[in-house]
Amino acid sequence: MKTKLYFDNAATTPVREEVLQEILPYFREHYGNASSVYAIAKESKKALEKARAQVAAAINAQPEEIYFTAGGSESDNTALRGVVEAYASKGNHIITTKIEHHAILHTAEYLEKHGAEVTYLNVDEYGKISLEELEKAIRPETVLISVMFANNEIGTIQPIKEIGEIARKHGVVFHTDAVQAVGHVPIDVEKMNIDLLSMSGHKLGAPKGIGALYIRKGIKVEPLIFGGAQEKKQRAGTENIPGIVGIGKAAELAVAEMEGTTAKLVALRDKLINGILETIPYSRLNGHPTDRLPGNCNISFSYIEGESLLLLLDALGIAASSGSACTSGSLDPSHVLMAIGLPHETAHGSLRLTMDRDNTEEEVDFILEKLPGIVQRLRDMSPVYEDAMKANK
Amino acid sequence: MEYSEKVMDHFMNPRNVGEIENASGVGQVGNMKCGDIMKVYLQIEDGKIVDAKFKTFGCGAAVATSSMATELVKGKTIQEALEVTNKAVMEALDGLPPVKVHCSCLAEEALHAALWDYAQKNNITIDGLKPPVNDVDELHHHE
Repeated sequence: MKTKLYFDNAATTPVREEVLQEILPYFREHYGNASSVYAIAKESKKALEKARAQVAAAINAQPEEIYFTAGGSESDNTALRGVVEAYASKGNHIITTKIEHHAILHTAEYLEKHGAEVTYLNVDEYGKISLEELEKAIRPETVLISVMFANNEIGTIQPIKEIGEIARKHGVVFHTDAVQAVGHVPIDVEKMNIDLLSMSGHKLGAPKGIGALYIRKGIKVEPLIFGGAQEKKQRAGTENIPGIVGIGKAAELAVAEMEGTTAKLVALRDKLINGILETIPYSRLNGHPTDRLPGNCNISFSYIEGESLLLLLDALGIAASSGSACTSGSLDPSHVLMAIGLPHETAHGSLRLTMDRDNTEEEVDFILEKLPGIVQRLRDMSPVYEDAMKANK
Repeated sequence: MEYSEKVMDHFMNPRNVGEIENASGVGQVGNMKCGDIMKVYLQIEDGKIVDAKFKTFGCGAAVATSSMATELVKGKTIQEALEVTNKAVMEALDGLPPVKVHCSCLAEEALHAALWDYAQKNNITIDGLKPPVNDVDELHHHE
């Protein structure tokens, strides 16, 4: 079955046509290595610096504070390992949350194995951290606070400005994984006191394999990759110029169009959420009702399992994702859904539908038409549903 | 991870979904933690399985293995049904992705649990049948 309705934009997005056109000349015409001196190399160098300025402008940073990486995961790894190493003389304690992406959590676990102490902040039922808990967790030896801007599964947006204020007050470096947020919600690293920020190209219409790390001037970060003088020795390796051109253009477009895109997506999102909650019993919204990413809808259906739901949706040409154990490749459901307090039976039946600029109201209507029947079909073969219905009688 | 055509067929068009009223034997295995629960109903007459039905909460592989396992035991004697192992169910489905092998273990366990229930009800012993495993985590560790 061909995918006709793409509702997994939090996983990745197609490269935008405008972005593709911008990138193409850098494969065959302007293929020079930006570190060289001849003419075509200068084209690459020019493109590199233009993209750096575009990315900086998208988050109100200075161009020299942007370092290109191979993606969000590399940016997250660099931020955590690089800061912990650079500030080792101050201490070895970092604060993060229980709902971070694994690029943060697995790096934190690695650092713990190598002597770091990590505090994992709890979140409330909507997925928000408590500012009081955060402030209480800060110790003299705390070197880093890393809190994601917006959650990839449930879409909840954290109080980033307030976190930035707390970090600044205590003189602790503040990193945010903004992979899901850049280009989707307004970000101002100055106003929000953000010291480091991770972003990824393929979540906003640029190709896969390109990302960036914003590092505030004056903040020390040891490099993760050694080998050359690229990116001011912060990140060795010949620059991925096509990718870099792509992320620059995509970031510029996303920010310029944000107001219109957000208005459209919020309307679609709320129609989808309300429509599902109204027509399908035993369903609940995961994440914050309003402080959430414009295109994110995450709903749990009791008594059914997520992968089955995805397979039936796929059979109708609908691409979506789930936090069930069977789709995570492990035997446990999503750590994010566990952290917001969902019981296993509700976490297994979660469905994430994430929209972007190409999605339409007709598509939302189609899902609202088909979903109740699909959920009921699975409930009809579920022994858990049968037991629950008998108990209700 | 990709399912075989057979798995997808048994998932999209599962055979034997439902319940058997006053079934000769009913077995339920699995737990909510890992997210797979299978309930198998068997109708046994003169030592033969004349009908089998199931209800399953779980992934595509869990539904498909339930469907295939009930298909395979229908018409078989109890002793023949004991030979419907997880391996047999998996082979009949043209294989399962490695992370889904535990689902085929559940199907075998659910069948055995239903047979065990039948044996208990009728106060008989079935050679080679062990009591059902309640803790499915044990199954996972055998992978």
